[in-house]
Amino acid sequence: MSTVAPSIFSIETKDLNLWYGSFQALKNVSVNIRHGQISALIGPSGCGKTTLLRCFNRINESYGYVTTKGEIKILGQNIYTPDTSLIELRKAVGMVFQRPNPLPISIYENVVFGLRIHSSYGTLKKSKLDDAVEKALREVSLWDGLKDRLHTRATTLQLEQQQKLCIARLLPLKPEIILMDEPCSALDTEATLGIEELMLSLAGRYTMLIVTHNMAQARRVSQECAFMLLGEVVEHARTEDLFLTPREPRTADYIEGRYG
Amino acid sequence: MNDHHAVFQATPLTRRKQCSEVIAMVVFLLMTSLIVLPLLLIVGYLVYQAWPILSLDFLLTSPKHGMRAGGIWSPLLGTVYLVVLSLVIATPIGVLAAVFLNEYARDNWFTRIVNLAVINLAGVPSIVHALFGLGAFVLFAGLGKSILAASLTLAIMTLPVIIASTNEALAAVPMAFREACWNVGATRWQTIRHIVLPNSMSGILTGVILQVSRAAGETAPIMFTGAVFFKAIREGHLFAYGLFDQCMALSMHLFTISTQVPDVPKALPYGIAVVLLSTVLAVNALAIIVRVYLRSRKKW
Ligand SMILES: Nc1ncnc2c1ncn2[C@@H]1O[C@H](COP(=O)(O)OP(=O)(O)O)[C@@H](O)[C@H]1O
Ligand SMILES: [Mg+2]
Repeated sequence: MSTVAPSIFSIETKDLNLWYGSFQALKNVSVNIRHGQISALIGPSGCGKTTLLRCFNRINESYGYVTTKGEIKILGQNIYTPDTSLIELRKAVGMVFQRPNPLPISIYENVVFGLRIHSSYGTLKKSKLDDAVEKALREVSLWDGLKDRLHTRATTLQLEQQQKLCIARLLPLKPEIILMDEPCSALDTEATLGIEELMLSLAGRYTMLIVTHNMAQARRVSQECAFMLLGEVVEHARTEDLFLTPREPRTADYIEGRYG
Repeated sequence: MNDHHAVFQATPLTRRKQCSEVIAMVVFLLMTSLIVLPLLLIVGYLVYQAWPILSLDFLLTSPKHGMRAGGIWSPLLGTVYLVVLSLVIATPIGVLAAVFLNEYARDNWFTRIVNLAVINLAGVPSIVHALFGLGAFVLFAGLGKSILAASLTLAIMTLPVIIASTNEALAAVPMAFREACWNVGATRWQTIRHIVLPNSMSGILTGVILQVSRAAGETAPIMFTGAVFFKAIREGHLFAYGLFDQCMALSMHLFTISTQVPDVPKALPYGIAVVLLSTVLAVNALAIIVRVYLRSRKKW
């Protein structure tokens, strides 16, 4: 993943189709996600947002019964070529889940988990790990609150902190892309605003793709927005345009709350 | 005012409901106590009958005078050998097989056959295991009647249960933890080693420990494969049996002196029963302690 992406897009899909068994969850999805921006993915539940997101780091394949057809390019490289290393792909494409899922180990170990598993035993210096923890936690503005209890269990944190920790956990691996699947749906309003602020502060350094069912959130954080319905991308435009002057009647129906 | 009062007066119907509520609770309580009662009665009766003979000497001396006197050292040591060896064989195989089935295998015809085999193997009567052990280990593999052959037979018997309990313990680890690991590029093995196994250890250990009492209690599987009625060994010596020796065992010894030997003092078989039972209870208690201890350390 070291070659420079020739295009302005971090993620490009072409005619992507996906089946769970015989059920088609994605239909001819062709969508390009701009580099270094926050893009949002909206749509009623069950329309395939999570499925699409999980294609981008090929985590869908952990189910044995998934078939994928079409092309996905991440940073200009086709990720379905046989020489694609899932390990390298997932280092570059991090993911944050709907329910915060910190590992049941300490805060410190959660942050360095990625570093530890990607380096051979005994080659990591403690000072390097300490630096990585401080840097990552500062980036998600958890450092000041947590620096004195780095060795308590991550699962004892409040949900907002847990979700921020899950983001921090990706950072030491220097990902290019961060995928977030309804990262605020388990949080209250205030915590949601906290996470949104964090997203905005990370924008520019990472390409972010946020799935949300909260249209106000999409408007607040994203520059581009794609609307999905029944496995298809119906419309993809600048967020302002999509919400103010949708081209498709189905998009208009959705954002005016007529279904979903 | 009066009107308000009357609203909360129990009508005859509600009074009848309250009455049946009390009756129901008493019946349930009685039934629940009935579960505990037999255990208390059995333990009480055994200890009462065995009381005259129970002492440390009873554990540490071998049977004497045609097994009519002395203690139970040689069968006790034999049982320890059989249990430890069988679990040393069965645990790694069972745990690794369960890890494969749960963490690596896709849902296909092969895993379905294996799971079916595990379930059916768990239901095979122990006497059938005994015959299999006799054929496979004693005769075919040429191990003869020996501690090794008997332990292998016990291992086959405990294996499916260890696989099943390990499976359950692994399945209890939330999928979200695995996905969190895969998403930072961890391999399956790294995920298993760092997250899945540490968090399912209490369940796995409990399953294994509970098999101790099962292996210690069974008579049939060892009768044809390695256990003998009587064998003289050096007292007070922990390595008195060799791997290819035959040995005595508590369950078998109890059977022998209760049915095959005349004029055995009455307290003797009860003494053996008490030792067997307390082993089982102690092991179960240990399983509970391990479980509680490891549970208290993990929270999610
Ligand atoms: N693991 C799965 N197995 C089978 N069907 C699935 C699976 N995950 C999702 N689906 C189906 O695929 C469709 C899209 O689901 P999903 O991507 O989760 O939608 P969204 O995230 O937009 O709510 C739904 O109809 C859902 O039932
Ligand atoms: Mg979803």
